Amino acid sequence: MTNLFNYIDRPSPIHRLTGACKLVCLILWTLAAMTSFYTPLLVAMTVAAVLLFRIARLKLKDISVTLGIMCVYIVMNNILIFLFSPMHGTNIYGTKTVLFHIAGPYSVTAEQLFYHLNVILKNACTIPIVLLFVCTTNPSEFAASLNRIGISYRISYAVALALRYIPDIQREYRDISLAQQARGTEMSKKANLIHRLKAASAILIPLILSSMERIETISNAMELRGFGKEKKRTWYSGRPFSKLDLACMLSCAVLMLLSLTLTYLNGGRYFNPFQ
Amino acid sequence: MKKFSVKTIVAIGIGAALFFVLGRFVAIPSPVPNTSISVQYGLLAFLAVVYGPVAGALVGLIGHTLIDFSYGWGVWWSWVIASGVFGLLMGIAAKTLKMEEGELGKKGLIKFNISQLVCHLICWLAVAPVLDVYMMGEPWDKLIAQGLMAAVANAVTTAIVGSLLCIAYAATKTKAGSLTKE
Repeated sequence: MTNLFNYIDRPSPIHRLTGACKLVCLILWTLAAMTSFYTPLLVAMTVAAVLLFRIARLKLKDISVTLGIMCVYIVMNNILIFLFSPMHGTNIYGTKTVLFHIAGPYSVTAEQLFYHLNVILKNACTIPIVLLFVCTTNPSEFAASLNRIGISYRISYAVALALRYIPDIQREYRDISLAQQARGTEMSKKANLIHRLKAASAILIPLILSSMERIETISNAMELRGFGKEKKRTWYSGRPFSKLDLACMLSCAVLMLLSLTLTYLNGGRYFNPFQ
Repeated sequence: MKKFSVKTIVAIGIGAALFFVLGRFVAIPSPVPNTSISVQYGLLAFLAVVYGPVAGALVGLIGHTLIDFSYGWGVWWSWVIASGVFGLLMGIAAKTLKMEEGELGKKGLIKFNISQLVCHLICWLAVAPVLDVYMMGEPWDKLIAQGLMAAVANAVTTAIVGSLLCIAYAATKTKAGSLTKE
């Protein structure tokens, strides 16, 4: 309950990097993974992601639950893709190598399997990095990092406020929910869907109206303290960049460039082993 | 860029926190995998109506990103951006609703619901799939099926939760010209 974002405090080189650096790396890495369908690069990135996990000294049991959800997600997603477009791979790679036939329009082709491999790799090289970011970045450093990478401090402060008030709102939600249940509101699986939505509203209305009051109180308090008067502000948890930070950001930028260059040299987004 | 008022900033922060709590703990699983019936879009529509398009967009962006971070399953930028676009469009569409003056009525509710339906269709059948096709290279048919499911589920929950919230909020505001001279 208290540790929503799975922050795990352990001494490691990755924990020591500043939040802003990790945020920049995360964005560059996910962009590189998204733009590329160059299979060797995706394989290399997946291996690198797993290695980074080792460096961060994260253990498998720290993240086993998330990893389980993730595997279910990947499997479902691939089944869904196959059900809707069994010939997507053939369309992309231009050849058709049927391995075996199932039924109707469904036959397994080597191209389709290769396309699925790419989709899985794309997930497999992004997810560990997001997990790594979440596990090694202190949430209170997050807002300071946003400001550092050039986002207006007002918006960064909104993020800080959100992180600060999530536990409060969660507590309030639980209180109201218990109060409504004591009055006989049925929220469990016994009620049907429409009923449950209505029951949810019975909790949401008091929750949201009281939050609106909270907005008034907080904005008055901030205004009284002169928030937004200056062009800049400092952050308690902000840190200057170290040499390692700069090196990490540089290598992620190189990775991004590499991804774009490979796509360009390949003459198309898809790495094609069939021609 | 226009300076935000302090109130808008706080509304974005608290709104994102509410969006997060609703999305993370009140999600009802749906029959189509990877989507769940989420009540938070009713809240997002409501906040966009009250605090305007910029607040709506940022609540969607921040709230959705935080949900993705907290699940740890990777950040799906296409869907995060679609959430932001929904808040933005809803805020623009709702400029004509006069909630602050306590006027809503049947006409206002119908307007609110038509605009939320259109915004949902744009976001989940156009913005999210197009971004997904471009970024993830997934087949179009599958994305449309997922998008359709999301659009319908979100529109239904927004119609119920969002409308109720609007009614409740409008009732707390004093109507313009409600004072009479004795």
